Amino acid sequence: MRGPAGASEPLLEVDGVSVRFGALLALNRVSLCIPRGEICAIIGPNGAGKTTLLNCISGFYHPYEGRIAFAGRERTRWRPPDVAELGIARTFQNVALFRGMTVLDNIMTGRVLKMRGSFLLDALWWGPARRQELAHRAFVERIIDFLEIQAIRKTPAGRLPYGLQKRVELARALAAEPELLLLDEPMAGMNVEEKEDMCRFILDVSGEFGTTIALIEHDMGVVMDISNHVVVLDYGRKIADGTPEHVRKDDTVRDAYLGVAHD
Amino acid sequence: MIYREAGHFKSSYAADQAIFPIVQDRVFLGLVAVVAFVAVPLAANEYWLQAILIPFLIYALAAIGLNLLTGYAGQLSLGTGGFMAVGAYAAFKLTTAFPWLNMLVVFVLAGLVAAGVGLLFGIPSLRIKGFYLAVATLAAQFFLIWLFNKVGWFVNYAPSGTATAPPRTMLGVMVTGPQATASARYLMALGMVVLFALVAKNLVRGRVGRSWMAMRDRDIAAEIIGIRPLQTKLLAFAISSFYCGVAGAELLFLYLGSVETLAFDINLSFLVLFMVIIGGLGSVLGSFLGAAFIVLVPIFLTNAPHWLGLAMRTDTQKHLELMIFGGLIVFFLIVEPRGLARLWQVTKEKLRLWPFPH
Amino acid sequence: MAEVLWGIFVGPFKDIAGSPTFFVEVLIGGVAAGLMYSLVALGFVLIFKASGVFNFAQGVMVLFAALTLVGLLERGVPVPVALGLTALVMIALAFGIERVVLRPLVNQPAIILFMATIGLNFFLEGFGEMVWGSNVKRLDIGIPDESFKVAGVLVNKLELTAALTAAVLVAILAVFFQRTRIGRALRAVADDHEAALSIGIPLKTIWVVVWSVAGIVAIVAGVMWGAKSGVQFSLSLVALKALPVLILGGFESVPGAIVGGLIIGVGEKVGEVYWGPLVGGAIENWFAYVLALAFLLVRPQGLFGEKIIERV
Repeated sequence: MRGPAGASEPLLEVDGVSVRFGALLALNRVSLCIPRGEICAIIGPNGAGKTTLLNCISGFYHPYEGRIAFAGRERTRWRPPDVAELGIARTFQNVALFRGMTVLDNIMTGRVLKMRGSFLLDALWWGPARRQELAHRAFVERIIDFLEIQAIRKTPAGRLPYGLQKRVELARALAAEPELLLLDEPMAGMNVEEKEDMCRFILDVSGEFGTTIALIEHDMGVVMDISNHVVVLDYGRKIADGTPEHVRKDDTVRDAYLGVAHD
Repeated sequence: MIYREAGHFKSSYAADQAIFPIVQDRVFLGLVAVVAFVAVPLAANEYWLQAILIPFLIYALAAIGLNLLTGYAGQLSLGTGGFMAVGAYAAFKLTTAFPWLNMLVVFVLAGLVAAGVGLLFGIPSLRIKGFYLAVATLAAQFFLIWLFNKVGWFVNYAPSGTATAPPRTMLGVMVTGPQATASARYLMALGMVVLFALVAKNLVRGRVGRSWMAMRDRDIAAEIIGIRPLQTKLLAFAISSFYCGVAGAELLFLYLGSVETLAFDINLSFLVLFMVIIGGLGSVLGSFLGAAFIVLVPIFLTNAPHWLGLAMRTDTQKHLELMIFGGLIVFFLIVEPRGLARLWQVTKEKLRLWPFPH
Repeated sequence: MAEVLWGIFVGPFKDIAGSPTFFVEVLIGGVAAGLMYSLVALGFVLIFKASGVFNFAQGVMVLFAALTLVGLLERGVPVPVALGLTALVMIALAFGIERVVLRPLVNQPAIILFMATIGLNFFLEGFGEMVWGSNVKRLDIGIPDESFKVAGVLVNKLELTAALTAAVLVAILAVFFQRTRIGRALRAVADDHEAALSIGIPLKTIWVVVWSVAGIVAIVAGVMWGAKSGVQFSLSLVALKALPVLILGGFESVPGAIVGGLIIGVGEKVGEVYWGPLVGGAIENWFAYVLALAFLLVRPQGLFGEKIIERV
């Protein structure tokens, strides 16, 4: 179990955010703070609004009230590409890999924000364009080594088994060298071994690169093991916020989500 | 096992990302280049050049253009004919206004004009997707053809309404106009398509190509990763229209000699789309294969009855053509949606083992 | 310059005000043309609503139906029998399409199915013309193409019949989709093929039914079009105009097809008559598409379409 992360100014601040789809209130004045370097787990029953929260942070949904700040900067209504440039990367609940491309190309696409260049030079595959492409390739290969997916680098992404697809998605997110990594159910559908591997990777990412991580997760064992901060959502509201130990003992959380043992 | 990768190790990423990483491919390509650039102009007869090779090269260029837009970037376009028309008429106006301009420059400038028009008609693509975009491109197609029909300025007020390519030379050789030999026109078309095919290949294997394919496969995830949709789509429209514009100019100057708007109508748009589907969406090689196929089928249909000793009326032949094209589209979409290019790939994979069964 | 501005913003309205009966006649002509487009668009909507397939070949199906009917009539087959036989042919066609095109492509992305229907379009065109010949044919269904006066305004008998037929068809179809069990099942299929299959909806039967109904609608459209302007290849090109109709009306809305058709039909006619001369005429070639484009920029899902909420 991990202890609390070092106190520092919060990397991500979500303040009173509400999101509505027609008459449905998906998020209701949700607030949370994620300090730098932390691994924060967002848990709650299905439909609680967890993915919606992540989509808000990504800039894909815009809240109709509240604000979101990243590294002190207000960015509530920014569009996804601008949010990505701030240094936020993510994976998706239903694995959004680019099925028509190989694993290598998928991960290289994750590097797109780091690739500046004139397309004219690209067209000629010459000089700076060529060197840049090869430099990025070298970086991506390091990520491939890190996540142990060398054998499948030329396989079309659509043909991979589910567990490997999730790993490739993580690689793609890492390729952007993000400051904040959002993971939406990274271990869904995996067996015990695959989950252990994924846990190890997540901890390594946090430990080696210092990346701040927010993940949505249903497996309470994983949550207890790797996170040092837990936020609980239910019906669009935040109902608990604290260390894993504290949240586990909280009554409201047990009623809503964890369940109470009847003797 | 004539054709194999085993034993060839790439010791650098550069080698791995080369266009033709396998040695046998490079040898094969070298041979093809020699035949295409040297043997053909010397040995081929007029008919072959005029009726088969030149249109093949021109359609291949247009097919590459459409493939970049529809196959790689996933933006369905039914306006190819219109953009080719823009290139043709732009080239015509440029060379008649500035007769001293080198033809290559004229073609490139015409392509740029077409790119500009393509950019304009691509602006709606941010809001409009899928079939809706196809209908928007139809608007471009019909409007552009109408425009070129109505406004006499585009054909320099010729009473017949046709634009006729004036004679021009390059490096002392007559390349357009009635005196230009088929060999000269062939070499010009060949040079341009090879150059632009290389450029296309460079674009698609790098950052630009990946952004396009990401947009095509999952546009929302792509945006969240940081790919800017409007710029990516507009770039695709611009480059694609450039290619189609140059192809259109070549159609006028290097193949038909003179042209009315009818040559660029919606049927041309469909024809190029067929080339791209049959040849393989998302494949530069596929564009060539598809173009070759579409050019050869009518030739085959014209000549096959003679070979078999039967007679066929021309309109029956046309009907058969339509049926064959339509039927083949459905066939390919069912059996191999990635077209002839994928079939070629599969053949190469089989060749790795041949003649051994496993 | 002032002339141009006058020509756009003042002149045409003066013309309209100057002879209102003529304007009403143009309007009626537009409504009639619009309803013809709607008939073709109805076929699209049926198929899209029920199978999620955008059937590019609908226009050619109209042509094919008309060709078959005329071919039979020319050979002396009496009208009711010819109609019945044509209906059978269209049903057989539906069977064929389901077996050869739709079944192998079940659950492929929409764009693949769309391209398959483009292939189908060309195949049917070639086939129809090969069997029945490609010269223009007259189609006589016993209603004369003449006009009579109603309240001082010229009305065309044929166009009136077409309008009434379209209205009746729409009413029947609307009831079918809203009230019946089959209608519900169709909507499920349109949403997700595999899911529908997995709950036991007989996909194949449904598709054959739907494409047959679309085929019957195509016969009606073909008859109306053919009687008006003769049966010929360009019929399928004109049918392409149904696409802007669908954009305006939404791809899944039966009333939308009517409203969209009316807007396009009236817009085209009025535009051509009053604004056309300004730019040399033949605006009809592109007006519908540009109008659709303008709409798309404002409302990408059409007048009656549903706003798509995208999820990640």
